[in-house]
Amino acid sequence: MTSTVTPDGRTIGDVLLEVKNITLRFGGVEAIKNISFDVREGEIRAIIGPNGAGKSSMLNVINGFYHPQEGEIFFHGRKRNAMKPSQIARQGIARTFQNIALFKGMNTLDNIMTGCFTHMKTSLLEQAIWWGRAEREEYVYREKVEHIIDFLEIQAIRKTPVGALPYGLQKRVELARALAAEPKLLLLDEPMAGMNVEEKEDMCRFILDVNAEFGTTTVLIEHDMGVVMDISDRVVVLDYGRKIGDGVPDEVRSNQEVIDAYLGVAHD
Amino acid sequence: MSADFLYAIEVLLNGLMAGVMYSLVALGFVLIFKASGVFNYAQGVMALFAALTLVGIMNGEVPFSHLINAMFGTQVHDFGWHVPALAAIGLTAVVMVFFAILVEKLILKHLIGQEPIILFMATIGLAYFMEGFGDMMWGADIKPLDVGLPKGGSIWIEENTAWLGGEGQRFFGFFIDKLDMSATLVAAILVIALTLFSQYTATGRALRAVADDHQAALSVGISLRAIWVITWSIAGFVALVAGIMWGSKSGVQFSLAFIALKALPVLMLGGFTSIPGAIVGGLIIGMGEKLFEFLAGPLIGGATENWFAYVLALIFLVFRPQGLFGERIIERV
Ligand SMILES: Nc1ncnc2c1ncn2[C@@H]1O[C@H](COP(=O)(O)OP(=O)(O)OP(=O)(O)O)[C@@H](O)[C@H]1O
Ligand SMILES: [Mg+2]
Repeated sequence: MTSTVTPDGRTIGDVLLEVKNITLRFGGVEAIKNISFDVREGEIRAIIGPNGAGKSSMLNVINGFYHPQEGEIFFHGRKRNAMKPSQIARQGIARTFQNIALFKGMNTLDNIMTGCFTHMKTSLLEQAIWWGRAEREEYVYREKVEHIIDFLEIQAIRKTPVGALPYGLQKRVELARALAAEPKLLLLDEPMAGMNVEEKEDMCRFILDVNAEFGTTTVLIEHDMGVVMDISDRVVVLDYGRKIGDGVPDEVRSNQEVIDAYLGVAHD
Repeated sequence: MSADFLYAIEVLLNGLMAGVMYSLVALGFVLIFKASGVFNYAQGVMALFAALTLVGIMNGEVPFSHLINAMFGTQVHDFGWHVPALAAIGLTAVVMVFFAILVEKLILKHLIGQEPIILFMATIGLAYFMEGFGDMMWGADIKPLDVGLPKGGSIWIEENTAWLGGEGQRFFGFFIDKLDMSATLVAAILVIALTLFSQYTATGRALRAVADDHQAALSVGISLRAIWVITWSIAGFVALVAGIMWGSKSGVQFSLAFIALKALPVLMLGGFTSIPGAIVGGLIIGMGEKLFEFLAGPLIGGATENWFAYVLALIFLVFRPQGLFGERIIERV
């Protein structure tokens, strides 16, 4: 047991996820080159880097959309075999997407309810005849979802089709859907991209509150340096698929290679 | 009211109910298309196969009896028992679930990520295979199907609408087939049940999720393969209902698979991705072709029902390619 307590009083536990010597290729392109890092229980871990650095690819490896050619992944200390994304979701890894991937044909509430899918245990047959157990289950999760809706302050749009929502709110609904899975590990791909200052502040607060309240381990990709330095416990820096920095924000900020990468390459 | 006008209404009503059959087949297409992007050419053959299996089970026929007799020189035909209609329908539904599982295991699983045209070709192959397999299993004879649905014209409706014509008109009340009416009722119940299921259950939501966005569905833990089995099973049930209706009306015969192709113009009209579109499209085509035959048939030599639906769909394609209810296709550049 190697738990530490952060200055703001949160407890950070053992290593929850470890990626080891991951290499991912697309044809001739090496998107990720021999990268290793770990994520500890309860921490907020940021991945930063210029465009095309391989950040999203890394999340896709963790949640099983991409299968790396080399390397190993350990989750809860156990080596993970190649698995389908749906199986990995069932192990407690939830995520949001850089380009919002909500279910356009559904309203906010239904979108978030899909997040509970892995927890719902009644059989198809019971659901088909809306038999007692299935009905009760539906109400139990509905209540949990209402809780998340309150938490993220989206009561007003519960019944709105998500396609009709402004961008910032769609991002928030996507976070809500991921939270509905009560994940062990939450992956957020640029949760604040394209938001105005006020929306960004809200989102920061939500991420911190989720972490503080439920102890959710979070890996987030973000371009806004101010935000990253503010909210993350440790930061991994990628550039052209390589890892060029890893540590607490202050360490990373003073790392010469990181400074060069950010000065040398334009990013948004 | 004039008798001609009243007869036109009668034609319209009958057309509407004939359209229910088209709607049912089209519904099966839409369900599968939405969930997996596969245009399932075999939907019509599935209806035929379901009806054949139902009759076979009800009559206690020995499956593959021709084959068995040819190989072993035996003379087996049936087990000598009769299975009650409801039980036979249940058993056939189970067979359709097995069929869905086989389709997923033997075909879809191996074609994940392939071009839509490849999947389409695979379903054409499936259609021909099933037609042959159905023949081998149950024989090619035309078989009557009677699951106890009411038959013949409704005397009650006829007697109670006769007065509409008024004095001195040659109108004796609407002739409405009871079988058509029960088909309409069953179809309505089916659609309502499907809607409730997809709106208010976890699995229903998962079905809609997969139809919307595969990646996002995977990310919340929905297994695409499980959903495909479920959709193909539901499409199998819908095919079974359609098969029962068609079979009760005109006997279970292989031409059923061709009639089912009428679902194509129905889909062009209603849109490939819309369940209400499939229903309304089917009704419009059914109504349209009966009415057109009634009005224009005598003038241009009849048999307009063979081509009317296709021409209507063609005209429609020109003005509204996405169909009545379909999503507008906007190519991103
Ligand atoms: N599915 C794919 N097929 C081919 N190449 C890919 C694929 N996904 C990513 N890449 C390539 O891998 C590299 C890393 O891409 P990735 O999306 O991970 O970058 P990123 O760090 O998330 O960038 P951004 O900040 O722009 O989101 C890029 O060169 C990209 O073109
Ligand atoms: Mg990215």
